[in-house]
Amino acid sequence: MTPTVVLPVVIAGLYAAGVYLLLDRSLTRVLLGFLLLGNATNVLLLSSGGPAGEAPILGHAGPGEISDPLPQALILTAIVITFGISAFLLAVIHRSWRLVRQEVVHTDEEDRRVAARSPRHADAMDPDDIDPVDLDPEDRAMGDVVGGPPDPEAQLARRFPDTASDDVDLPPTRGRTT
Amino acid sequence: MRVLAPVPVLVPLLGAALSLLLRRYPRVQRLVSLAAIGTVLGVAVAMLVLADANGAVAVAVGDWPVPQAIMLVVDRLSALMIVVASTVGLGVLLFSVGQGVADGPHSSPVSVFHPTFLVLMAGVGFAFLAGDLFNLYVGFEVLLTASYVLLTLGGTAPRIRGGITYIIVSLMSSLLFLAAIGLVYAATGTTNLAQLALRLGDIPDGTRMLLHGMLLVAFGIKAAVFPLSAWLPDSYPTAPAPVTAVFAGLLTKVGVYAIIRTQTLLFPGGALDTLLMCAALATMIVGILGAIAQTDLRRMLSFTLVSHIGYMVFGIALSTEAGLAGAIFYVVHHIVIQATLFLVAGLVERQGGSTTVARLGGLAAASPLLAVLYLVPALNLAGIPPMSGFLGKLGLLQAGVSAGGVLPGLLVAAGVVTSLLTLVAVSRVWSRAFWRPPTQAEHLETPADAAADSGPGTGADDGTGSGAAGDEHGAAGGSEPRGSSRSGLGSTRRGTRDAAWQRQVALATGTPGPEPEPTEESLDERDRLPRGLLGATAGLVTVSVALTFLAGPLYALADRAAIDLLNRTPYVEAVYGEGPASSAEDVP
Repeated sequence: MTPTVVLPVVIAGLYAAGVYLLLDRSLTRVLLGFLLLGNATNVLLLSSGGPAGEAPILGHAGPGEISDPLPQALILTAIVITFGISAFLLAVIHRSWRLVRQEVVHTDEEDRRVAARSPRHADAMDPDDIDPVDLDPEDRAMGDVVGGPPDPEAQLARRFPDTASDDVDLPPTRGRTT
Repeated sequence: MRVLAPVPVLVPLLGAALSLLLRRYPRVQRLVSLAAIGTVLGVAVAMLVLADANGAVAVAVGDWPVPQAIMLVVDRLSALMIVVASTVGLGVLLFSVGQGVADGPHSSPVSVFHPTFLVLMAGVGFAFLAGDLFNLYVGFEVLLTASYVLLTLGGTAPRIRGGITYIIVSLMSSLLFLAAIGLVYAATGTTNLAQLALRLGDIPDGTRMLLHGMLLVAFGIKAAVFPLSAWLPDSYPTAPAPVTAVFAGLLTKVGVYAIIRTQTLLFPGGALDTLLMCAALATMIVGILGAIAQTDLRRMLSFTLVSHIGYMVFGIALSTEAGLAGAIFYVVHHIVIQATLFLVAGLVERQGGSTTVARLGGLAAASPLLAVLYLVPALNLAGIPPMSGFLGKLGLLQAGVSAGGVLPGLLVAAGVVTSLLTLVAVSRVWSRAFWRPPTQAEHLETPADAAADSGPGTGADDGTGSGAAGDEHGAAGGSEPRGSSRSGLGSTRRGTRDAAWQRQVALATGTPGPEPEPTEESLDERDRLPRGLLGATAGLVTVSVALTFLAGPLYALADRAAIDLLNRTPYVEAVYGEGPASSAEDVP
């Protein structure tokens, strides 16, 4: 039986598109990229089972004619896992949006602080000595950091006093969790 | 043994279900979790004794015929790993229970903590026991999914930021692993580890190299081997202390365990050893240099974690009995030490209000017990002679020297340098945070205080201070005569400044700070570390010291495990039964 070229092409296309989306800074695109990559991997698993045959049901077809059932079982497991994790990732992205009104991959403040430590500050060894004003705007801390922009929820509430905030029923962020 | 083998997976999962049902009864929930992990620990010790006495045992779940069944394989390595993992799990659980008791019921939105923690332990146990590549993947997914939840617990901004990095990187490694499984199945027609060990030798070299490389990259991400380690120091420090401790102790080591299996059982002969050695070299050096650059205790510890993964990879890459034995011993040592140090970092944060080293001072005087609890594992990590860290490093270095060659020699040198630099990193924290008098710590340079103290020499502070801290200064310091604060750290002044500083920390790090208007009473309350936390940490420190005293038997055990790994036959025979493996191979 001649091998089909469709599956490898589909796999390659999905992987390429998935990696492209994954490298984007927008988290929603990252999620979409992850979904594409997950589907690409599932198709890869499917193609690892060899050529397609009859449905692998006992008594429906002979052992030589059915397609390999094991990859299908693996795919089912993988789909369930991917589904669950996508849902969780979506929730995290939504949470990120509600917290800082941005759904991009955030900058790492501590990294920037260590990197921005000038020789003058080297002895101080104290990241807080660095004035946020000295940093590039995009290097500054986002969200609730002192000196940064104020709480976006509060800002929105001030601008649209009549609109109900969607920031309800959040778990307490000020409770001691450590 | 056939009854015992599923216990490390089943009991935590059942415990998780039970404790989820009991979420309204925190006390019962704690008991259930402790009982579950305690059971796993007991069973794991029993399995280790049995596996060491009688050799490896494989259990086909549900009594399916062997190559098709879901296999749980207990050999010396996996039993040892489960013993150590459940020991650390128990210590961390005790710590978090102590925390919950100390902070009262309102402070912890953690009704999901116990179930998730148990699921994590079940995943770790499953990953160690899995006798099938796909089940290894499932085990990884179980523990990773639990770890996503634990890392983003509470959902504060820094945790979400660190969590997203962690989740995406972990997902990539999982997808790569899954793709590798698909290709392995396409090439060999099986995912059973024992069957793979027999069949992978027959496939073409190029294909084998590809599969080997994909698996190593996937596991390398999980184990945080250097080019693939950047995610770790970004995501671990944001989590709560017990969570970071269990992550640092266990999750990377599951990756190391998977690398050990890949290198010995699936792809023997050391095909990619040179590559692994280069990775180990870079991991050690880059990791420890990163640790020295850090100003935050937890980030410093995260970087040492990355750095010391290099030692284990080094031992694995030697592919000799001595190297593997050293690596196994080092894994055991490092799981305990790193988890302990992260718990200590949690205590430091509690005591000092920060983990930024520049802000800490006088902790040795404030809490001598905490100082001891830090010093012992820190020196152990650095490898000061009598301790287990020294023994592990010595074993690895000896293995490297006896292997000979340029690259192992280079790695031996790098190992020594890394050990010394680790000592530099941990002792700098010691001398700053613990040893110097608190007056030298830079309490005062927060932005709010800088604002309050603005104006060169004008004394425009206290009651007239502006900025975020103004209210508290007005409330507590307003009655003071002007200028008195210049004289130093009066107690009231000090208290308000500390409180103001703590709020800054709370805002900046997303960790919960004290209540807005702390009284002297509440500050005193905070200064005393709860006994439960100290006790749990002290317990783990004791375990780490015990590793030193038990090093002889433990190293002998690691040696036997390494011989098993290199022979490969015990594992394969355990799966296929006593019959010759070649005849079993004929079964499709």
